[in-house]
Amino acid sequence: MSKKRIRHIAEGSEWTLDAIERYDAEIGRVAKNFGLDTYRHQLEIITAEQMMDAYAAIGMPVYYHHWSFGKHFLETENRYKRGQMGLAYEIVINSDPCIAYLMEENTLTMQALVIAHAAYGHNSFFKGNHLFKQWTSADAIIDYLVFARNYIAECEERHGFEAVERLVDACHALMNLGVDRYKRSPRLSLEKETLRQKEREAYLQAQVNDLWRTLPRQDAAVAEFEERRFPEEPEENLLYFIEKNAPLLEPWQREVIRIVRKIGQYFYPQRQTQVMNEGWACFWHYTLINTLYDEGKLNDGFMIEFLQSHTNVVYQPPYHSQWYSGINPYALGFAMWRDIRRICETPTDEDREWFPEIAGSDWRETFDFAMRNFKDESFVAQYLSPRLMREFRLFAILDDDARLKLRIDAIHDESGYRVLRRALAEQYNLGSSDPNIQVWNVDLRGDRSLTLRHFSHERRPLGPETDKILEHLAYLWGFSVRLDEQMPDGSLRPIGEHKSEKRSRHVA
Amino acid sequence: MTVRIVDRRQDSKNKSSINRSRFIQRFKGQIRKAVADAIGRRGIRDLENGEKIGIPGKDIFEPHFRHGQGGRREIVHPGNDRFNTGDTVDRPLGGGAGQGGKASPDGEGMDDFVFTLSRDEFLDIFFDELALPNLVKRQLARIDEYKRVRAGYTQSGVPTNINLVRTMRGAAGRRIAVAGPFAARLRELQDELERLRRDCPGDPEIGQLEREIAGLKARREAIPFIDPFDLRYSNRIRIAQPTTQAVMFCLMDVSGSMDESKKQVAKRFFMLLYLFLNQNYEHIEVVFIRHHTVAEEVDEDNFFHSRETGGTIVSSALKLMHEVITARYASNAWNIYCAQASDGDNWNDDSAVCRELLSGSILPVVQYFAYIEIASLQPQNLWLEYEQLQASHPGQFAMQRIAEVSDIYPVFRELFRKRPA
Repeated sequence: MSKKRIRHIAEGSEWTLDAIERYDAEIGRVAKNFGLDTYRHQLEIITAEQMMDAYAAIGMPVYYHHWSFGKHFLETENRYKRGQMGLAYEIVINSDPCIAYLMEENTLTMQALVIAHAAYGHNSFFKGNHLFKQWTSADAIIDYLVFARNYIAECEERHGFEAVERLVDACHALMNLGVDRYKRSPRLSLEKETLRQKEREAYLQAQVNDLWRTLPRQDAAVAEFEERRFPEEPEENLLYFIEKNAPLLEPWQREVIRIVRKIGQYFYPQRQTQVMNEGWACFWHYTLINTLYDEGKLNDGFMIEFLQSHTNVVYQPPYHSQWYSGINPYALGFAMWRDIRRICETPTDEDREWFPEIAGSDWRETFDFAMRNFKDESFVAQYLSPRLMREFRLFAILDDDARLKLRIDAIHDESGYRVLRRALAEQYNLGSSDPNIQVWNVDLRGDRSLTLRHFSHERRPLGPETDKILEHLAYLWGFSVRLDEQMPDGSLRPIGEHKSEKRSRHVA
Repeated sequence: MTVRIVDRRQDSKNKSSINRSRFIQRFKGQIRKAVADAIGRRGIRDLENGEKIGIPGKDIFEPHFRHGQGGRREIVHPGNDRFNTGDTVDRPLGGGAGQGGKASPDGEGMDDFVFTLSRDEFLDIFFDELALPNLVKRQLARIDEYKRVRAGYTQSGVPTNINLVRTMRGAAGRRIAVAGPFAARLRELQDELERLRRDCPGDPEIGQLEREIAGLKARREAIPFIDPFDLRYSNRIRIAQPTTQAVMFCLMDVSGSMDESKKQVAKRFFMLLYLFLNQNYEHIEVVFIRHHTVAEEVDEDNFFHSRETGGTIVSSALKLMHEVITARYASNAWNIYCAQASDGDNWNDDSAVCRELLSGSILPVVQYFAYIEIASLQPQNLWLEYEQLQASHPGQFAMQRIAEVSDIYPVFRELFRKRPA
C-alpha cells in the first residue's frame, strides 16, 4: 500500500459531464507528455438514434439529402435493432476543431476510451499525416458541407428533386473515380464557395461552349483538326472531366458534380490510411489509458472493462474462423505500431538486420516520422516485421484463373517474408484495387461520344455493374459512352457501350 | 484549456427522416409490391404490426466501378496452421473463408434488402391513394370537437379543481398511518399509568409517565391535519367528438358452397377493409352479418372463424342489415357503407328479391355498396341481377369478381379508388 494515495479520476460506470471533463483533462495531460499534436477538439454527446443518423451520413454532421443515406440508415437501424451489431462507440470527424461523438449509452469507461481513441488518437493523425494535410481542409470541411447541403436543397427547389436525385445517383456511381490522386485540390471555404460559385458557373459554361463551338466548322482546317485529340492527355478523374467538359450540363449540374467530387476527395485519404489511422488510434488509447492506470488514477474495474473492449477491437480471427472477413485493420495497425515501438526500445538481432535505421532509435521520433509520411501501402512495405508476420501467421495465396488450383505463394518463413510483405502492401494499394479507368477520347467531329479505357491489371475484369455505371455516365455526358479494355499486352477490346440520344436541354 | 462538451441529445432527432422518406418514395413501386406480397402471404393480424419488408437488392444497389472475379490476385491471410510454400489447394466453393477480402462484394448486393417499415409507413403505403368514396370531402372538412370528461384524480391542478372528499379521505388515512406508532405507545403508557395510580399511588414513575404521555400527545397533535401531499384534484381530459360517423356493414355468405379457400379470400377482403377503416377513420363502427339460409349478426371473431353449412338465401342478410340500420343507424346521423362477399350462389328466385331489397330500401340509405363475387366459374344469377343495379346506381354500387387471394389487392384498389372530391 503506497503512502500517498492518489485519487481515482472518477468512480462508477455512470458518466457525468463532470467526470468526462476530468477524464479528458487527464488524458490530455498524458497525451501532451507524449508529445501528441492535435487539433482542438469538441466532444458531443448523442443518442443511439443520432449515432445511426451519423452513420448514414458517413459520420458527417451535415450532409445533403439523398435516398442512399436513407437506405444506409434503414440498414443500420434494422441490424442494430435485431442485435446483429452494436453501434460503433465512436465517430470522429476530421475537422478543426475535431468533433468526437460520445454515445449516451456508453459507460464512463467507454467514454474515456473513446476520448483517448478519437479525440487524441485519430485527431493527431488527422493533423499530422501528409495525406490529410495535403488533401483535406479540416478547417473548412463543415462549412463546405453546409454550403453543399444548402446548394443542393436550393437546386431541388428550383429543378425538382427527381432531377437532382438522378444527377446525384450518377455522381455517386463515379465517386471513387472522381479524385485527384496526385495533386492537391485548392482549399475550401464557405464564403469563397458561395461567392465564387456564380462566377464559376459563367466561366465554366463559357469554357465548354468554346470547346464545342469548333464543331460545325468545315473548312481547310479539317485536316489539322483531325489530328487534335481531346482530351490531349488521358484524364483519370472522371467526375472532374465531366464537370469541366460535358457539353449539355446546366451550370447547377456542374456545381452538384463538383460538390460530390469534393466530398469524395475529402474521404479519399481515409481509404488510404485505414490500417495506419485505426492502428494509431488504438495504440494511443491503449498507451494513454495504461499510463493513467500506472499512475494509479484508474481502478481495476475500469481496466477490466477497458481491456475487454480493447481486445474485442484488435482481435484478428484466423482465416478458417467463421468470423473471418479479411485482415482486421485495427488488429494489424495496432500490432504494427506496437511492434515499431518494440523495435525502437528492445530490438533483436533480426530487427537490427531488417530495420537498421530505426532499431534502437527514439520511438517517439520514429512514430512521428512514420505517422506523417506514409499511407497504408508504404507503411506496410516499410515497417511490417518478420516477427509480426510470424505472430499473425500470415500466408499468401495466389488466385490465378489460369490455374486450376490456388497456390500458397509464401508463408511466414525466411524465404517468404519479403514476398508476404510485398503482397500485403499491394493489397492496400488503392491504385491497383480500384480499376484504372481513364477518359481516353472524345469524338469531337462525329457523334460526340466519349471513350473510356480500362487498363486491365493482372487480367482482372470489371465487375458486373459496369453497364449500369456506363448508363449513369452517358446520362452525365449526354451522348454515347464507350468503354474499351486494354490488356497488359496492349491488345484492345470494347467491353461496354451505352448509346444515348441527344438530350433536350432542361429549361431552368 | 478545458474541453468543450456539447450535449446534442436534445437536438433534432430525425436527421435521417428526410433521407428515409426519400428512400421509401423512390422505391415505392417495389415496396408496394412487397407490401402486397406480405398481405397475400400472411394473416391480417400480422399485418397490423408486420412491417419487415424485403425489396430486391439489385434494384437499390448502388453501382461502383470495381473488379469482378477472375484474373490474377494474391491475397494475404492470417492464422496459417497447415500450409507450406508451394502447396496447392482447391478453390473453395462460393465465397468460403479462403476467398476473403474483396472478392465477393458484387454478389452481396443481390440479396433482398430487408428493412423495417414503421407501422404507419407500412399502412400509409398500403392505403396510399385509397379513400372511402364521398366521405373524403367530409373527412377533409372534419373539425373534431372536443368534450371534457372526468378521468380520475391527479396530485396537481388548480385550486378550483380540488376534490374535497378525496383529499380529506387521504388526509385521514395519512394521519392514522403516521400516528399509528404513537397511539400504540400511548395506550400502553396510559394502561401503565392507570395501573400505577391504582396500585401504588405516589410512585415517582407516575410523574415520568405523565410527562411522556404529554410529550406523545404533543407529537400526535403536531401531525398536520392536512398536508400538500393529501391534495387531490379532479382530472378532466379532452376527448374527440366525432362530427362524422360511419358504419361499415360486412356481409358474408358462410353457406356450404363457400369453401374454405373462398372464405379465406372474403376474409382478407373484409380484413383489409376493416384495417383501412381503422387507419383512416377513428369514428367508425363495424357490423358483421353472416348468412346461409338465415342471417345473424355476430362479433368479429365469430364472423371470421366459425363454420356453418347449408344453403344460401342472400336476401336474409340484406333484410337483417336493413333492420339493423333502422334500429341503430338512423341514416341522417350515420354514413353507411356496405361490403358484401359471396360465391354468387343463391336460390334462383331469391336473387330478384335481393335486387329489389337493395334498390328499394338499402341503396337509398347507404353511401356505397360494394359486392365481390369469389368464383372462377360463369357469373351466376345473383351477379346478373346485381349488374342491373350497377347500371342504375353508378358511383354508389360497385361489383367485382375475383378468383384468388392475390387478386384482392387490385380489386380493393379498384373499389376504393380515390375519387376527386
